Amino acid sequence: MFRPVVRLSTSGVRSLTRTRPCYSAPLASRCYSHAKVETDEEFDARWVTYFSKPDIDAWELKKGMNTLIGYDLVPEPKILDSALRACRRLNDLASAIRILEAVKDKSGPHKDIYPYLIQELQPTLIELGISTPEDLGMDIL
Amino acid sequence: MLTSRALVRGLKSGFWRPLSSTSSVQAAHGKDMSPDVLDPSVPQYNNRLDTPLSDVPFVRNLNSEQRQLKEKEKGPWTKLTKEEKIALYRLTHELTYPEMRRGSSEWKTVLGGVFIFLGFSGMLVWWQRIYVFGEVPHTLSDEWVEKQTQRMIDMRINPVGGFAYHWDYVKKQWK
Repeated sequence: MFRPVVRLSTSGVRSLTRTRPCYSAPLASRCYSHAKVETDEEFDARWVTYFSKPDIDAWELKKGMNTLIGYDLVPEPKILDSALRACRRLNDLASAIRILEAVKDKSGPHKDIYPYLIQELQPTLIELGISTPEDLGMDIL
Repeated sequence: MLTSRALVRGLKSGFWRPLSSTSSVQAAHGKDMSPDVLDPSVPQYNNRLDTPLSDVPFVRNLNSEQRQLKEKEKGPWTKLTKEEKIALYRLTHELTYPEMRRGSSEWKTVLGGVFIFLGFSGMLVWWQRIYVFGEVPHTLSDEWVEKQTQRMIDMRINPVGGFAYHWDYVKKQWK
């Protein structure tokens, strides 16, 4: 999630300018940030936990969902499952349907992502009684 | 966005008042369009692809049957009919994603307008050609050009790669 940025620190500049014949600059001295890169599993787990909060409120759901859609990725089914259950706790069917529309839109030209998500979420959708936008005829104009 | 709201306000204060939203329509929609409630400092409803869940629902002032539907929403969603689910969605959201992405036919109007103005300009140029410009100089008449061309051939203008190069002096014709 965090792309490494090469920063020209003072030591880096010094090693570049001091070029002598037969002098090989050490290849390992790159100036990456020392922050730990979050793995995909950690990212997913963090978001599943966020939406699994039992007393999540409407604002937190909106904020979480809008932030998640802002990222350059399509959320995993388990994150969406957690979000849909949060909608159920908040008695908000409209948001649940909206979330499904949003991830379909988020997939962009990759038309095979959304059917996969729906297939994975099918048990949850049936259990909670959430209709997909296709079922309701809202995917066409 | 601001300019379209300003346009709406302009329309409303003008003579198109009956055509723009009546007050009953305004009251039903949470999105208040009256001038003193177009307040950017309070949360407003937006149709945005990148913000699926808006700050406030589209319809905020629910009538009694809408309130009943909201009560039914608190129970199992399996008991809701498709129409009720669509109604619930439309209470919270004005436009679906396909509706947000829908383009308009404005380009046809623009293109048509461009052609109309181009045509009008063409008319002006044509009129100018007929009524404003005088005769063309006599040196452009066919007779003069013939004599001129013959003179150029005799003078051997550009004999290497240009004019006289293309004249065959033996056969006395163009190559």
